[in-house]
Amino acid sequence: MDTRQSRIFGTSVNWLRRHFVVIAGLVTLGYLLLPNVVVTVFSFNNPKGRFNYQWQEFSTDAWKDPCGVADMCGSLSVSLQIAFWATLGATVLGTMIAFALVRYRFRARGAVNSLIFLPMAMPEVVMAASLLTLFLNLGAQLGFWTILIAHIMFCLSFVVTAVKARVMSMDPRLEQAAQDLYAGPFQTFIRVTLPIAAPGIAAGALLAFALSFDDFIITNFNAGSTVTFPMFVWGSAQRGTPVQINVIGTAMFLVAVLLVLASMVVSNRRNRHKA
Amino acid sequence: MTNDSSGDVRLSGISKTYGSFTAVHPLDLTVPQGSFFALLGASGCGKTTTLRMIAGLEEPTSGTVHLGDQEVTQLPPYKRPVNTVFQSYALFPHLDIFENVAFGLRRRGIRSVKKQVEDMLDLVQLGEQARKRPHQLSGGQQQRVAVARALINTPKVLLLDEPLGALDLKLRRQMQLELKRIQTEVGITFIHVTHDQEEAMTMADTVAVMNAGRVEQLGSPTDLYENPRTTFVANFLGTSNLIEAEVDNKTGGEVVVRAAGGKLVLPETRCSAPTTTGGKVLVGVRPEKITLTHADDAGEIPTARNRITGTIAATSFIGVSTQYVIDSPVCPEFEVYAQNIDRDARLVPGAGVVLHWSPAHTFGLDAAQAIDAGVEEEAAL
Repeated sequence: MDTRQSRIFGTSVNWLRRHFVVIAGLVTLGYLLLPNVVVTVFSFNNPKGRFNYQWQEFSTDAWKDPCGVADMCGSLSVSLQIAFWATLGATVLGTMIAFALVRYRFRARGAVNSLIFLPMAMPEVVMAASLLTLFLNLGAQLGFWTILIAHIMFCLSFVVTAVKARVMSMDPRLEQAAQDLYAGPFQTFIRVTLPIAAPGIAAGALLAFALSFDDFIITNFNAGSTVTFPMFVWGSAQRGTPVQINVIGTAMFLVAVLLVLASMVVSNRRNRHKA
Repeated sequence: MTNDSSGDVRLSGISKTYGSFTAVHPLDLTVPQGSFFALLGASGCGKTTTLRMIAGLEEPTSGTVHLGDQEVTQLPPYKRPVNTVFQSYALFPHLDIFENVAFGLRRRGIRSVKKQVEDMLDLVQLGEQARKRPHQLSGGQQQRVAVARALINTPKVLLLDEPLGALDLKLRRQMQLELKRIQTEVGITFIHVTHDQEEAMTMADTVAVMNAGRVEQLGSPTDLYENPRTTFVANFLGTSNLIEAEVDNKTGGEVVVRAAGGKLVLPETRCSAPTTTGGKVLVGVRPEKITLTHADDAGEIPTARNRITGTIAATSFIGVSTQYVIDSPVCPEFEVYAQNIDRDARLVPGAGVVLHWSPAHTFGLDAAQAIDAGVEEEAAL
C-alpha cells in the first residue's frame, strides 16, 4: 500500500468511526421498517394471478376499491369492533385491578400479583386450546362473544402491568393534598388520581387494542364461524392474496404514524408554551 | 383577633398506635389562635403523626381534636377548615401554578377565582409564573406555591410539615423569614413540624419538643434554651455541658453541689431535680456562658464564680467565635464557645485552663435520666 492509499484508507476508517452510532441506528431502523415499506409498495402492485408476491406494475386499483374483495371489509369490521370492546373492557378492569394491587393490602395479594402475569407467560396455543375446551364444556355458542371474552382475558395482564407501573410511582401525598384542599374521594379520583394515572392507562389501552386486533391463535380456536381480519388474511393466503390486504395494512400503519406524530406535536407545543 | 378563639387547636388525650408500636402517647396540647407553634423532634418522634391527626389524614387511636369550639375528630380531611403544606410540597404535576393554587377554591364551588388567585400569587411573588408547571419552578418557588395553595383557603389553622426540609441552607434562612412575615400578615395559627432546632427557635412563639411520642417540654424558645427540664431538651436544643454531681447543701435559694472534688453553685429555682442532701443531680451549663482563662491567670477569677480546671483538647476557629473542647476531671469533653474579642494566644491544645461561669447561668436536671439523651439525634442532622 503506498502512502496515498493508506491515507485514504485512514480517512475512511476515521469517518466510519465517527459516524458509527448513526450508521448502526439507521441500519436498525431500516430493519424495523422494511416490512412496512414492502407492504406499502405492494399495495400499489397490479399482480398477475392470485398471489401478490412479485412486483408487476404500478396501480392504484386496490386503493380505489379497498372493499373490493368479498368478505374482507366485513372481517375488518368484526376485528375493529372486538378490538374496541376488548380494549374498553380490559382497560376498565385492568385499571381497577392495578389500583387494588398497589393501594390495598389484602389476603392473597402476593398470589394475585403473580397470577395476573401468568397469561402473558403462557404459550398462546395452550391457552387457546384450553379456552376452547372450557367454552365447549359450558355449551357456549362460539362466535363474537367468545372471542371478546378471550381477548379481554389476555389483554388484562398487559393493562394491569402498564397501569400498575404508573400508579406505583405516584406520590400518595398528592391525593392527601387533594383531600386536604376540600376534594372528597370522588373529586380526588377524577381531578388528581385519574389525570396522573392517565398516561399509564392510555399505554395499556393502546397495547390492548393492538393485541386484540392482531390476535390470530386464540381467536382462530374460539371463533366458530366468525371471521376476523387476521383470520381472513390467513385464510386467503392459502388461495391467493388480494392487494387490498396490503391496502388495509398500509392504512393501519399510516393511522398509527399519524397518531404518533399528533402526540409529538401536542407535547412539543405544550413544552414550548411552558418555557 | 386575640379574643377570637375559633382558631385554637385543642388536642385532648390524643394518641396513635400502629399494632404494638405507639407513635404518639396520649397527649394534651393547646395552640392558641394566631400563634406560630412548632413541634420539634428527631425523625420518628411522633411530630408528623400529631400533625396528620390535626389535618385528618390520620385517625387518632384515642382522644379528641377541637378547632375552636368545634370537635373535628371524626371529620374527614376535606371537611376540616385546616390546610397543609406538605413535605416536598405535593404540588399537582398535571396542573399549572394557577390551577394548583385555585384547586381548593374550585372544590368549594367558588366560581370567580381569578382575582383571589392572582392576589395570592402576588403575595408569594409568583405572579409571573402562573402558567408554568410545578416542575419548571425552583425548590424555593415550589415551596411558595405550596404555601399559597394552602393559604388561599384562609384556613383556621395552617399546618406545615417540614416545609423547608428540601431547600438548601441559604434559601431556608430566607424562607424562614418569609413564612414568619406571611404569618404575621395573615394572622392565622401556624403549626410547624420540624427537626431543625434552629428553624423552630427562629420562627415559633412556642415550641413543643417531642421525643419518642411524648412532649418533653413546651415553652418559648428562650425558656426552652435557658431552662431545659430534661437532658433530651438540654442536648437537642443547642449543646449543653452536663456534669454528674452530688448535692452538698442548700442555703438561701442556692444549691451547692460537689463534682469530682470541686464545688459548684446553682440557683434552686433552676433545678428541676429533687435537691435532698446527698442526692444525685446533673449540673448543666451552655458552652457560650463559660469564660476560659489560662491556668497562670487563675488568681484573677472572681471567687463567686463556678470553676473547673482542665486542659484544652482541641480548638476550632469559626470566625465570630472559637470552639474549645476541654478535657476535665468532671467531663471528658467540655465544650466552650468564646467570642473572638481579645484572643489569648496561649489558649492552644495542651494548655492548662480554668473554666468559670456565673452560678446564675447554671441549671440542674434529674440524674435518673440518660445523660446523653438527644445528643445523637442532633448530631445526625
